Amino acid sequence: MTGGLVLEQAFNGLQFGMILFLMAVGVTLAFGVMNLINLAHGSMLMLGAYFIAAAATKITAYPLAFVAALMLTAVASVLLEVLVMRPLYRMGHLDQVLATFGVSIAVNEAVIMIWGREAMFVAPPEWLDGTVALTDTISYPLYRLAITGVAALAGLALWLLLARTRLGMRIRAGAENGDIVGALGVNVRLLFIGVFVISSLLAALGGVMLGPLIAVQSGMGDPLLILALAVVVIGGVGSLKGALVASLAVGLLDTFGRMIWPHLMGNIIGNIVANASVYILMALVIAVRPSGLFGNHAA
Amino acid sequence: MPRPLLQVTGLEAGYGSAQVLFGIDLAVGEGEVVALMGRNGMGKTTLVRSLVGLANRMAGRIEFAGVDVTRFPGYRVARAGLGLVPEGRHVFRSLDVEENLVATARSAAQAPTGSAEGSAREPWTLSRVYEFFPRLAERRHHRGNQLSGGEQQMLAIGRALLTQPSLLVLDEATEGLAPLIREDIWQTLGRLKAGGLAVLVVDRDLRALSRLADRYVILDKGQVARSGPVSDLSEQASTIERHIGVA
Ligand SMILES: Nc1ncnc2c1ncn2[C@@H]1O[C@H](COP(=O)(O)OP(=O)(O)OP(=O)(O)O)[C@@H](O)[C@H]1O
Ligand SMILES: [Mg+2]
Repeated sequence: MTGGLVLEQAFNGLQFGMILFLMAVGVTLAFGVMNLINLAHGSMLMLGAYFIAAAATKITAYPLAFVAALMLTAVASVLLEVLVMRPLYRMGHLDQVLATFGVSIAVNEAVIMIWGREAMFVAPPEWLDGTVALTDTISYPLYRLAITGVAALAGLALWLLLARTRLGMRIRAGAENGDIVGALGVNVRLLFIGVFVISSLLAALGGVMLGPLIAVQSGMGDPLLILALAVVVIGGVGSLKGALVASLAVGLLDTFGRMIWPHLMGNIIGNIVANASVYILMALVIAVRPSGLFGNHAA
Repeated sequence: MPRPLLQVTGLEAGYGSAQVLFGIDLAVGEGEVVALMGRNGMGKTTLVRSLVGLANRMAGRIEFAGVDVTRFPGYRVARAGLGLVPEGRHVFRSLDVEENLVATARSAAQAPTGSAEGSAREPWTLSRVYEFFPRLAERRHHRGNQLSGGEQQMLAIGRALLTQPSLLVLDEATEGLAPLIREDIWQTLGRLKAGGLAVLVVDRDLRALSRLADRYVILDKGQVARSGPVSDLSEQASTIERHIGVA
C-alpha cells in the first residue's frame, strides 16, 4: 500500500462522506422539524440521478441540465409532501416507516415504468473531465473533487440558512414547537413544505452529482439511505455538526475498510468486516453516547 | 363597552371529541382589559387555545375586528391581530433572545389595518421592545434556556408584541414568578393598556387583576359562571373568591 493510494482513497472517502452528508442532513432536518422518519428519502437521490440522466439527453449545456434536474426534484417533492407526507407528521414512527417504505417501493417501480430496467449512464461535463495532479505520480479526477466542493458549499449554504436567516430561525423554532410558531402567525404548513423540499433537494443534489460515477438505476438511493440513517444515529439526531462529522467518519471508514480488511483477512471475511464496520461503529457510539456524538436529546 | 375587537359567541371546544367548553360568550373591546379567571381545569387555557386553532372548535362563532375567524387556521387569527403569550411561556430554548423576537415578528406594514385605533398605535420594532424591556436588551445573545422565568415571560410578551397585535392574550401572566417580577409584569401590562392595547389576561392574582382590568369573566366547568365590571370584584369578594378557588 503506497502513500499515493492512501491519499487517493482519502479523497474518495471524503467525497463519499460528503454525499452521505447531503443525505443525512435531509434525514435529520425532516426528523427534527416534522418528526418524520422518511424511508423514501433515498428515492430523492435516485430521482435527482434519473432527472439529470434524462435532462442530459435533451439539454447539452450541463449547468442547465443540472438546474433542470433539481427543479424537477423540487416539483416532485412538493407533490410528495402535499399528497403523502403531510398526514404522516402527526402519526407514530411505525406508521411513518411503513408508509414511506411503501412510497420508496412505488417510486422505484415508477422509474422502471418510465425509464426501463436498464441502468442509465450520464457523462460528466467535459470541462470537469480532466484530472488534477496530487503528487508527481498520482492524479485525481477533477469531477470527484468538484463533487466534494459542491457538497461542502451546499452544507455551508444550509448552515447559513439555518443560522442566519429568519426562515432558518423559524425552522429551528418549528423544530422545538410548531404549534407555538403557528399561533404566532407563521403558516407552519408552508414552512414544513419548505423544509421537506430543502431536505429532498440536498439528497437530489447528491444523486445528480453521483450520476456520472455510478449506474443510474431503480433503488440506487436505498443503500445510501441506510448508511445515512447510521450517520444520523452516530452524529446525533438534529445536529448539523454531528451529521458532518459522522458522514466524513463513515465515508472514510467505509472506503478504507474496503481496501484494508480484505487485505488483512482475505476476501471473504475481509468484505464481511468491511460491510459491518459502519454498524460496529454505530453500536459503539450508541453504547457510549446513546443520543449520538452531538445529540442533546435525552435518550 | 367600546367597539368589540374579539367577540366569542356560544363557543364549544375541546380536544378530539372530549368537549371542555360549553357555550362560552366573551367579548373584549378595543383598548379594553378583560380578566379571565377560574379554578384549575375550568377551561381557561382551552378557551385561549381554541382562539388560535390549538383546540378543536366544535360550535359557536369567533369574530375578530369584525371578521368571522371561526374557521380560520390559527396563524391567520394571529395575523388578524391576536398576540399570544402562552401558558408555560414556551420561548424557543435553542434560539437566543433576539432570534426569539425576530423569528415570528411582522413589520408594521404587514400588520392588519382593520381598526382605526389599531393603525394609530405606534408599531413595535425590535428597538422599541428593547426599550420596553431593557433586561432583554442585556440578554439579547443568551439562549431561551438560559433565561430566568421572569425574563422568559418578558421575552414571550415581546415576541407577541412584535407580531403587531391589537389584542394581547396572556395565559397565566405571572404564574411561577417571584413577587417583584410579578409586580414588573403587572406594571408592564398597565403601560400597554395605557398605550391603547386590548388585553385578555388569565391569572389568579385578584388584587392585581382588579387594578388592571375593566371587566372580568369567570369560567366554571367550561361555562361562564360570572362576568361583569371589575368593580364587582371588591363588592362581592367572597363569592368571587369561592369561584376562583382562593380561600
Ligand atoms: N390536550 C388535552 N387533551 C385532552 N384534555 C385536555 C387537554 N388539555 C386540557 N384538557 C382538559 O381540559 C380541561 C380544561 O383544561 P384547561 O387547561 O383549559 O384548564 P385551565 O382553566 O387552563 O386550568 P389551569 O388553571 O390549571 O391552567 C381539563 O379537564 C383538562 O383535563
Ligand atoms: Mg391553564
